[in-house]
Amino acid sequence: MDKKGFKLMEPVLVAKNLSKKYGTVVALESADLELYSGEVLGVIGDNGAGKSTLIKVLCGAVIPDSGEILLDGKKVTFTSPIEARTLGIETVYQNLALSPALSITDNMFLGREIRQKGFIGKFLRFLDQKAMAEEARKRLSDLGLLTIQNINQLVETLSGGQRQGVAVARATSFGTKVVIMDEPTAALGVKESRRVLELIGEVRARGIPIILISHNMPHVFEVADRIHIHRLGTRLCVIDPKKYEMSDAVAFMTGAKAAPTSN
Amino acid sequence: MNNISDDINKDLKNQPKFTEDIGSKNQEHHTFEQGELSILKKIQHFLHGNPTIVPVIILILSVIAFGFIAGGRFFSAFNLSLIVQQVTIVGILAAAQTLIILTAGIDLSVAAMMVLASVFMGKLSVEMGMPTLPAIAIGFISGIATGAFNGLLVTRLRLPPFIVTLGTWNIFFALVIFFTGSQSIRSSDIEVNAPLLHFWGERINLGGFVFTYGAFLMIAIFIFLWFLLNKTAWGRHVYAIGDDKEAAELSGIRTDRMLVSIYAVAGLVVAIGAWVSIGRVGSVSPTSFYEGNLDSITAVVIGGTSLFGGRGTIIGSLFGALIVGVFSSGLSIAGLDVLWQRFALGCLIIIAVGIDQWIRKVSN
Repeated sequence: MDKKGFKLMEPVLVAKNLSKKYGTVVALESADLELYSGEVLGVIGDNGAGKSTLIKVLCGAVIPDSGEILLDGKKVTFTSPIEARTLGIETVYQNLALSPALSITDNMFLGREIRQKGFIGKFLRFLDQKAMAEEARKRLSDLGLLTIQNINQLVETLSGGQRQGVAVARATSFGTKVVIMDEPTAALGVKESRRVLELIGEVRARGIPIILISHNMPHVFEVADRIHIHRLGTRLCVIDPKKYEMSDAVAFMTGAKAAPTSN
Repeated sequence: MNNISDDINKDLKNQPKFTEDIGSKNQEHHTFEQGELSILKKIQHFLHGNPTIVPVIILILSVIAFGFIAGGRFFSAFNLSLIVQQVTIVGILAAAQTLIILTAGIDLSVAAMMVLASVFMGKLSVEMGMPTLPAIAIGFISGIATGAFNGLLVTRLRLPPFIVTLGTWNIFFALVIFFTGSQSIRSSDIEVNAPLLHFWGERINLGGFVFTYGAFLMIAIFIFLWFLLNKTAWGRHVYAIGDDKEAAELSGIRTDRMLVSIYAVAGLVVAIGAWVSIGRVGSVSPTSFYEGNLDSITAVVIGGTSLFGGRGTIIGSLFGALIVGVFSSGLSIAGLDVLWQRFALGCLIIIAVGIDQWIRKVSN
C-alpha cells in the first residue's frame, strides 16, 4: 500500500485528543487515531495501554471526557453503540452479540427487521421472512460463506467461525462506513482464524475500512495495512507492517525500543 | 535494549508460521462434521429443534394412561370438555406467564393481577352502577398498568423479576382486600346488574362436548400470541432478550422499553383472563385463584418453555395447562386423593425441567 496515497485522501474516521479517566486512573490521554478508506488498521498495545477504552469510545460504549470524533470530516457524538451504529460505525464484538436460539436470518436483521408491504405489514406488523432470508443468503454468499446450508438454522448450531461470519455479514450489511473488529480470532481454532482473516480481506475488498484489535501479532501483521501502536493511553506511532518486524512492534509496545519519530 | 528485542524476535520466530500450517486459501473450511450420532443424541437434537413435541407426547401418553386407569368415564365427551373448561383460566394465565418466562423472567403476581382486574370490573359495574363495557375497559387498563408497573420495577430498579413480582403479588392482593373489604360480589348480583360479565361462561353443546365461550377465547389468545411471537419483530425481540439481553441491546433492541411492553401485554392478557374468570366462577371473590400464580408457572414449565429464557413456544404452554387438567381429572376419577394429584404434579414439574436441561446441553 502506498502511504502517500492515503495521505492525499481524507480519512473516514478521525479521533482527536480523546481523554478518559476512571477516577484517578488515566485510560486515555489525548489519544488520536485515523482510519482511511479501504484499509485495515491494526490496533495493538500492551495490556492496560488503553486500547480497549479507545475502541469503546469509537463504538459508543464509553463516552470520552474530552476530544472529538470526525466521521467523513463531520463531527459526530454518540452516547450508545446503537447511535454509533446508526451513523455507520458497526462493531463486531468479541462475544459477537448474537442470539444463539434465533436463526441466522433473525440474527442478521435483529433490530432492523423488514416488514411486509401493505396492510399486513403496516398494521399487523408482519415480518417479510422470505425477503429477509433472501437478503441474508445474499450477504453471506457475498462474503464467501455459502457453505452455510440453511439460512434458518439456529446460530447455536454453527461453529465459532461461522458465527463470526454471521456477525461480520451483519456488520457489513446496512450502509456501513466503518467496521470495528474486537479480537475476532481470539476464540477460534487455527482453520477458523484463517477463514476470518480471509473474511477481513473480503470486507476490505468491498471498500469498507476496518479497525482490527488483536493480541495476535501474526494475524495483525498478515492483514493490516498500517498498525497503530498504543502505549500509556495514547498513540505511540503508526507503522507499516512491511517495513518492521513483529519483534520491533513488540519492542515499541513495551517501551523496550524508542518509537520511530515519523512513520 | 537490543538484547530484549532480540529475545522477543527469537520467540516470535519460533512460533509456528501461520500460513504454512494451514494450507491453501481455497481450502474448504466450513464443512459440517456431523458424524454418526447415537440414537439418544438424535432424539436430543430432534427435541431441541422441536421443543413442543415433549408436552404433546406427555399429553397423549397421559390421556391413554388415564383411559386405562379411570376407564370409560374419563373418555366421555362430557369429561374431556370439562377438562378444557377447567384449564381455561390457568391456560390464559399461562399464556401471559409464557411471555415473561421467555424473557428469562418470572411473574408471581399474575393471579393477583387478574383478581384485581376482576374486582374493578365487578365493583364498578355491579356496585357503582357504571355501564358494564367501560367497567371492563377499566379492568383492562388495570391489567396493563399493573403489568407495566412490574416491568418498570424490573427495568428501572434493575431488580430480579422474582423479587419484584413477589412484592407486587402481595401489594396487588392487599389492594384487592382494600377495594372489596374482603367481600365477594355475588353471582346473582352480577347476573342482575352486569350480565355481560358472565358472557364467557356461557356454554355451547357440540355433540356432547360442552364448551364455554371462554375456552374458545383461550384458544384464540394462544393463536394470537403465536402470531405475535413468530411473525412480528416484537415477538422475535422477546426471544432475543431472553436468550442474551446484552447481545439484544448491542443489536439495537431497546431492551428496557421492550421489557416494559412485554409485561404490559402480559397484563392485558391477564385482564382478559379476569373477565373470563368472572364467567367461569360466577362471582368475584377476593380470595379466589390464590394458587393461580404457581399453576401458571407449572403449565409453562411442563409445556417445555425454559426458565432460563429464550426457548420455548406459546403453544407448549397450552399443552402444559391441558396436561395439568388431564392429571387432575384422571386422578380424581380414578378415586385418588387430592394429595396424590399434587404429588404427581410435583413429579411432572421436576421431570419437565430435567428434560429441558438435558435438551439444552445440545447447544454446548
